[in-house]
Amino acid sequence: MSFTLLLIQCLNGLQYGTMLFLIAAGLTLVFGVMGFINLAHGVLYMVGAYLAFAFLNLTGNFWIAALLAMVAALVFGLALEHFVFRHLYTRNHLDQVLATFGIIIFLNELAKVLFGAATLSIPVPALLDGSIPLTPELNYPVYRLAIIGVGLLVAALLYGIVSHTRVGMLVRAGATTPEMVNALGVNIERLFMIVFGVGAMLAGFAGVIAAPIFAIEPGMGDNILIVAFVVIIIGGIGSIRGAFVAALLVGLIDTLGRSLATEMTGFVFSPSMSNQIGPALASMLIYILMAAILIFRPQGLLPAKGTA
Amino acid sequence: MSARNAELLTAGVIFVLLLIAPPLLEALGLGYMTGLLMKAMLLAIAALSLDLIVGQGGMISLGHSAFVGLGAYSLAIGLESGIDNILALMVIALVVSGLFALVTGALALRTSGIYFLMITLAFGQMAYFTLTSLAGYGGDDGLTLWSLATLFGSKVVQNSGQLYFVILGVLLATWWLLHRITHARFGRVLRGARDNAERAEVMGFSVFRYRLTAYVIAGMIASIAGLLTAQQNEFVSPSLATWQHSGDLLVILVIGGIGSRNGTILGAFFIVIVQELLGAILPEWRLIYGPLLVLVVLFAKGGLNTLLTPGQGRRAA
Repeated sequence: MSFTLLLIQCLNGLQYGTMLFLIAAGLTLVFGVMGFINLAHGVLYMVGAYLAFAFLNLTGNFWIAALLAMVAALVFGLALEHFVFRHLYTRNHLDQVLATFGIIIFLNELAKVLFGAATLSIPVPALLDGSIPLTPELNYPVYRLAIIGVGLLVAALLYGIVSHTRVGMLVRAGATTPEMVNALGVNIERLFMIVFGVGAMLAGFAGVIAAPIFAIEPGMGDNILIVAFVVIIIGGIGSIRGAFVAALLVGLIDTLGRSLATEMTGFVFSPSMSNQIGPALASMLIYILMAAILIFRPQGLLPAKGTA
Repeated sequence: MSARNAELLTAGVIFVLLLIAPPLLEALGLGYMTGLLMKAMLLAIAALSLDLIVGQGGMISLGHSAFVGLGAYSLAIGLESGIDNILALMVIALVVSGLFALVTGALALRTSGIYFLMITLAFGQMAYFTLTSLAGYGGDDGLTLWSLATLFGSKVVQNSGQLYFVILGVLLATWWLLHRITHARFGRVLRGARDNAERAEVMGFSVFRYRLTAYVIAGMIASIAGLLTAQQNEFVSPSLATWQHSGDLLVILVIGGIGSRNGTILGAFFIVIVQELLGAILPEWRLIYGPLLVLVVLFAKGGLNTLLTPGQGRRAA
């Protein structure tokens, strides 16, 4: 494998990692602060992508569509919180799993009914269409670089908010001892709503920026949700920093693994064997990483302070 | 009448009905319904095994369908390799799923609660993706089984034979085994650890070992359900191991009432009937099924089992 190809795969891995971070950040906050297991978080990613598609057809401008889609994702997330999730916070995990599972089933089917089962796509916005040369023989799409940049920006923003503002302090306090925060007179329900809204918007945002490069299809949020869970386990529940590091790690390992595994197993096995084993091994890599973390550091790489 | 006698009586009624169902349906001209009954019984076997972890152990697993998939592929790969005795194939399925459960269970049980759920989900997804990458055995598309397993050359375990009654027998055996486990010391320790793990630990029980044993037993039973599903469908595909399938199994438990074996069987039949009925009326039946689940969780506690035995609590043995 040439150096150029390796560089491309690393950039792709970073880009996948930043997408994962946008989803995992909301998930880990919602879980860390509310103790609420939201399987429907991935479906908000799908909703974001479909909203971007719908608004682009309506307005014809990517930027307006993206903005509208994010606002709509926020409103949608808050509506879900108000009508369903709010009633589940005090319930056991099984109830939360089943109710959010029901929402996934409904929204996946609704997407299929409204937009059809076929995959959709939207064009990359003209401003970011094109590629820039990184080395003499390597051109890389601007849009993908922009995703990496935006992801890093959001990460920095979130980190700043959580560690340096009053709301962030409440979020951290709420994650550790929600009863105490409530007893001190903080409106914990409003705090929950804010956290949930931000999480929903981040997932919707990830869906919007994914729309031009990934296929928009029903169920697109389900697999990425599970990878986001892996990210949270590796990073430590409730920890934004952990989610960031783990998301990039998982993005890189998964992307590089898929392109290198067949070659690597080729050193040990015959070519026909490695064609069989390589892809299977590649798809297992992130789970093996998760298992290793569980053995050596069950609390995650960078656990949130104050939580066990 | 004691709760335990009531439970036995209800189970007796269910199994007698299932025993006389095929000739009855045949006489009514509804012979095609036996296929649905088999599907429901296979779901019930997998859900019953899951109840050992969820209902008795209090550990919510979202990766149980991985064992169903492993069982189905044990049959498919075994058949492709020239093994066609169903008993030998069952041993293979039990060993494979038992080992997978031992390793993933030991890892998942290093944590508890929400972590356990996410880790079982992740390992289940790993199994699913591994199955889809088996290019030699159909990959994503699955594999049609051109030859089926036999019992020492006899076709009694095939659709053309008495597969219905074989599945019914396995369901009965599963029910009985789990009934015994529940009422044995092992089950009591498991429930004790569910309600208060520290107390069980202080009393000298290794909660980890009890839970891991339960996890392995449950995984092995689910693999038999998967093996028989493959034998009935004459087809295997990775879709058996999707996490949505695991979710369906949890839905069956909750609809039936957590911790109730009879409720679980009824839950499996309920789900199959609802899916078939809704599916027959409306192709987009999931638009109703999804909100239905939300409503059941929000407003109906205890499941079908509370209809069977009024006054029995939600977390009954």
